[in-house]
Amino acid sequence: MFRRSGVNIPFDVHGRSALSVWERSSAARVVPPARPRKLAKVPFVELADGRLQGVVSSGSDIGRVYVSSIAAGTYAFACSTNNNRPCGGARGSFCNHLRALVTEAVLQYGARRVARYLKAETTEGEPDAQALLSAMTATRPAQGDTSAAAPVFSRFLRHLAYLELESATAPLPEMQWFPPTRAVA
Amino acid sequence: MRTDLLADPVDGLDEALAAVDAFDDALVAGLLRPQPAQTDGLAALADALGGTPLASLVAEAADKTAAGAAGEDHFVALAAARTALMGSVHDALTARVADVTGRPAAEAPEQPADGDEPAANVLAAARAWLCDLARAGWQGLDHELVGGAAPVVSAMLPDPALRRQATLLDGFAAELAASCPGATLDRIPVRRWADLWSRALLLTLPGAARTPAGSTATGRLLPLGVDVQEHATAVQAQVHAVFEPADGAPPRLVRAAASAPKPDTVVGAGLWQLLRPRMSLLTAVSEGRAMDLDGMPVTAEGDLVWDDERARVGEPADPFATARVALATATDPVTAPLDRHPVRIAVPVLLEGYAAERADDGTVTFTVAGHRLAVDTDRVPDAGPLTPEAIAASGACLGLLRWDAGAFLLQPLAVETTVRKKTVAVHAGAWAGGTTDKAGVRAEKAATDAVAVLRERAGRLLRS
Repeated sequence: MFRRSGVNIPFDVHGRSALSVWERSSAARVVPPARPRKLAKVPFVELADGRLQGVVSSGSDIGRVYVSSIAAGTYAFACSTNNNRPCGGARGSFCNHLRALVTEAVLQYGARRVARYLKAETTEGEPDAQALLSAMTATRPAQGDTSAAAPVFSRFLRHLAYLELESATAPLPEMQWFPPTRAVA
Repeated sequence: MRTDLLADPVDGLDEALAAVDAFDDALVAGLLRPQPAQTDGLAALADALGGTPLASLVAEAADKTAAGAAGEDHFVALAAARTALMGSVHDALTARVADVTGRPAAEAPEQPADGDEPAANVLAAARAWLCDLARAGWQGLDHELVGGAAPVVSAMLPDPALRRQATLLDGFAAELAASCPGATLDRIPVRRWADLWSRALLLTLPGAARTPAGSTATGRLLPLGVDVQEHATAVQAQVHAVFEPADGAPPRLVRAAASAPKPDTVVGAGLWQLLRPRMSLLTAVSEGRAMDLDGMPVTAEGDLVWDDERARVGEPADPFATARVALATATDPVTAPLDRHPVRIAVPVLLEGYAAERADDGTVTFTVAGHRLAVDTDRVPDAGPLTPEAIAASGACLGLLRWDAGAFLLQPLAVETTVRKKTVAVHAGAWAGGTTDKAGVRAEKAATDAVAVLRERAGRLLRS
């Protein structure tokens, strides 16, 4: 996963163990960057607050979005509009919005990271979105309440607000702690 | 270049880092109720500062913290002690790098000028959050604790005077959030998080983020290459360059940066698109041109504070030619006292006549005059034509000499390779100003689409 992190390389060029090098590195890569994906259908997805959560654009109404979430561990799911109307499809099992959410999360973070966060066990070696969805629905998860919708939606708005912030040319010396990485999740 | 010196031991380095590590290890389990191993770590830090002006302050802070009675001032004193030790490591390594490059150093910067101080309330909130983190420790991380940073960051981000603090806290908090709960982490970036914690804590103090008094630069700017730094919600591109003053003063190494906050889904070529409109220098870099500066503000640390009005595009200038002609004699900028940390070391160098090898796992190593130097290909931005394969096949490399985790390494900015008996240069920042490269155009299109969707959503939802 991380080239200098100890996952792939047991020793560095000086013969030191990679784990101890990673632990004593100022520039250790901890979170791999998001992978590029098309945002039209699911403009926002995140692994946060113990849930896979995000915002899914309505297929029929351009002004409407659905706020969807799946809890880690229990897979308790919720889907409602940003005006807190329940999603008609999310009765008894995952609706298409939740399926799209999982699919796009796998594109953005990689299936392994999503599976690990949700604590979803898949039988095959390399999980994919379909395997993840099957594994979760097979446990017949309960429908959760939609109380998370408001905070998730406000996190989405906060996320969008980053586009409104000005760029700058005063140096940010602290960014030296954040090197890029070519490695992906 | 005396590359043979890079592997030589540096006097006192291990001792200083041992004290840092002892303190860092104490942060892992948190300082709410320190165990004996942790109080030993605190004592080691205090001992290392013995005989310095900080000695009594740090000794008292270590005592109070060991007793589980640390207040904010005590945590600040511990962070200052750790920062001072890292500063000494920085100085020793910088002296070694100067021996390696043989370049003169610029004069030390003067004390920072007095300036307007940003709002104290939000800085106090940041300090309180960081002290809570230290009490909980990395193993005590949970979503509620980490979530405490969000309102602080949101309040700071719109204020340009707090951009440094906001950007650091935002990146740090995102890492911590992705690592929750701390109790189940199988490995912890011990030094990195202690670095970020102590840096963030010091930046909550009045005057800490003040830049040293500057002057202006008039003359010719010859770019060497672009270094990109990013976390989920911020990006900075830093152009390293040789500046030739018009008044005939000796050439000096300078940097020019553009930075922007960003949504985490803006990546790859999208980073260049955010920064391009802010700094014409990025386009000049892509086109392989120099720029002429007229009264461009420059800090005493050698950072140009870019203003497009004070620069115009100049003659074509090949970075490798610049490096071969001017790099050996240009003066290195001097880092401001509070900013000294090994992570700040990024010294432009030109390497030739090495043997490059690429291991099965992808790691690249250059052997220069019998000495092995690790090459950090991971730092080469994705949205550019430079690849680990090209680096491994290269005969000359323009890069930044860095130091991390106990060893020097080389970050490539550009390489020269031989294609059909012709020398071809490949630059990491070649796409900074735009590109006609097929893969580059595709990446630009994807990034444009992503931002368009987000802007459309923002337009519809943010103001409704």
